Amino acid sequence: MAWFRRSKENISSQQKKDTPGGIWSKCDECGEIIHKVALEQNLWVCPKCNHHFRIGSKEYFSILLDEKSFKETDANITSKDPLNFVDTKPYKDRIKETIRKTGLNDAVRTGTGKIYKQDVVIACMDFGFIGGSMGAVVGEKISRAIQKALKMKKPLIIISSSGGARMMEASYSLMQLAKTSGMLAKLSQAGIPYISVLTDPTTGGVTASFAMLGDVNIAEPNALIGFAGPRVVKQTIGKDLPKGFQRSEFVMEKGFLDMVVHRKDLKTTLYRLLEMLG
Amino acid sequence: MPKVTLDFEKPIAQLEQKIEEMRKLSDNVDLSKEITTLEKKVNQLQKDIFSNLTRWQKVQLARHPERPYTLDYIEMMTSDFVELHGDRVFGDDKAIVGGFAKLEDETVMFIGHQKGRDTKSNIYRNFGMPQPEGYRKALRLMKLAAKFKKPIITMLDTPGAYPGLEAEERGQAEAIARNIFEMCQLPVPIIVVVIGEGASGGALGIGVGDTMLMMENTWYSVIAPESCSSILWKSWEYKEQAAEALRLTATDLVEQKIMDRIVPEPTGAAHSNPPEAAKILKGVILEELQKLKKIKPEKLVEKRIEKFAVMGAWNEKQ
Repeated sequence: MAWFRRSKENISSQQKKDTPGGIWSKCDECGEIIHKVALEQNLWVCPKCNHHFRIGSKEYFSILLDEKSFKETDANITSKDPLNFVDTKPYKDRIKETIRKTGLNDAVRTGTGKIYKQDVVIACMDFGFIGGSMGAVVGEKISRAIQKALKMKKPLIIISSSGGARMMEASYSLMQLAKTSGMLAKLSQAGIPYISVLTDPTTGGVTASFAMLGDVNIAEPNALIGFAGPRVVKQTIGKDLPKGFQRSEFVMEKGFLDMVVHRKDLKTTLYRLLEMLG
Repeated sequence: MPKVTLDFEKPIAQLEQKIEEMRKLSDNVDLSKEITTLEKKVNQLQKDIFSNLTRWQKVQLARHPERPYTLDYIEMMTSDFVELHGDRVFGDDKAIVGGFAKLEDETVMFIGHQKGRDTKSNIYRNFGMPQPEGYRKALRLMKLAAKFKKPIITMLDTPGAYPGLEAEERGQAEAIARNIFEMCQLPVPIIVVVIGEGASGGALGIGVGDTMLMMENTWYSVIAPESCSSILWKSWEYKEQAAEALRLTATDLVEQKIMDRIVPEPTGAAHSNPPEAAKILKGVILEELQKLKKIKPEKLVEKRIEKFAVMGAWNEKQ
């Protein structure tokens, strides 16, 4: 009996791949252990399997914008909890805690910057802030960014990553779909370019509003993009989902994206497009 | 008398049954006095119960299987309805219906979600859950209305856009986004009425308008209370609390300045007296339409975008 037990102990390669001391990151896709510095130099893309790590606004601004060109706007808008929403804990506490933990004020940061010396208005969502969910703050900041683009007559870029509308602001969250889309209608009428960049994951109300409304829709490789989440779809049809379902390449194949672009080529791609649309 | 009785409607139904029995007996004995007393009692009871409904009870009323649906309202409010079909791209979705009809003397485009009454018709209507082609059909019809300068009335009653595999493949999110985007710019009056369930993007996909109306016993929110319960409480058991937390009734949404006006329903809710419910709704729509017709098309669009632009609340430190 003894060697039965031993054989189990021996199959424990899992433990060896754990990340020690916060200097190393593990790739979710292939399990590769990558040094943090190497990962950053590779724009948070796994050098072995090309898996694009989820990153936030800080990283995207550093990847896409010319050095020191980013000027943040409307940084001090925070959620008001207009409905006094309480589920398992009060929404107010959830907000406070998330602000403390992430150092962010809500799920989007906006501002102006330069892409190879071209002026742009840019907004980037942070999935780390309550699942990148869109409440009144996200709606208002996106809406102001669009107005800024209108006023400056400069192109708009929005980088999305979101689980959808924020439940704790209920109907207010839902109305942000109309609010942001209405502003985009104005931008469109003024003939100012809007490029939407969809990253992993972009689902729900954000996909069902501004993320799908770009003059050009770009996605990063293998990003989850959809209306309903895969769990819900699986529940609905009662079958396993086909491989690659709702991933960038699939969504592009179905006709809803113009291109899937590797993170290292994103800045050049945006530049080329802006050059042509400007 | 409705055949389906919700829990909180039971005391009313019991009394009504009693009256019915007495009526049968009154061929032989004069029971008119007793009947009148009981009828008064029913009226009072109805008022008491319906003026103190919880949010969850309103959700149940909004889903009442005998509640009038879009086609019922069109039939009761208009004459000469010409239903139009198809999105010209993929197919004809049965969960969204639409077409021109005469509202009094005026030609109006009606578009709405459509549920079924029994298993068979519910399957046909996909329980009022549209596929992308439903939204694209709606958009085609709205553009048609705009082309011929006819006002649009949309009726919202859906448990949500269909979350199926093909719906995703055909771009459910894009279809809804496109509709919202285009509805913001249509140069004709749009009146939106929530007539039953207003579940999230699936409802908003035909729900951007100049005047937003909500019938008294309906709900509208970013998510259904059950799903909200399952996500935030990790259990389906907290639907009542979720309904309370979401503040999803007509009164709530008028307070939140999302809805403009509540359309009253007859005592006992729309299902207890559909013709009366339709009559009240028609009156309100005609009144609101008169107001909108005075506004110039460009102004209308500008005001519509502005209307949604101010929705929400936030803190801002200077």
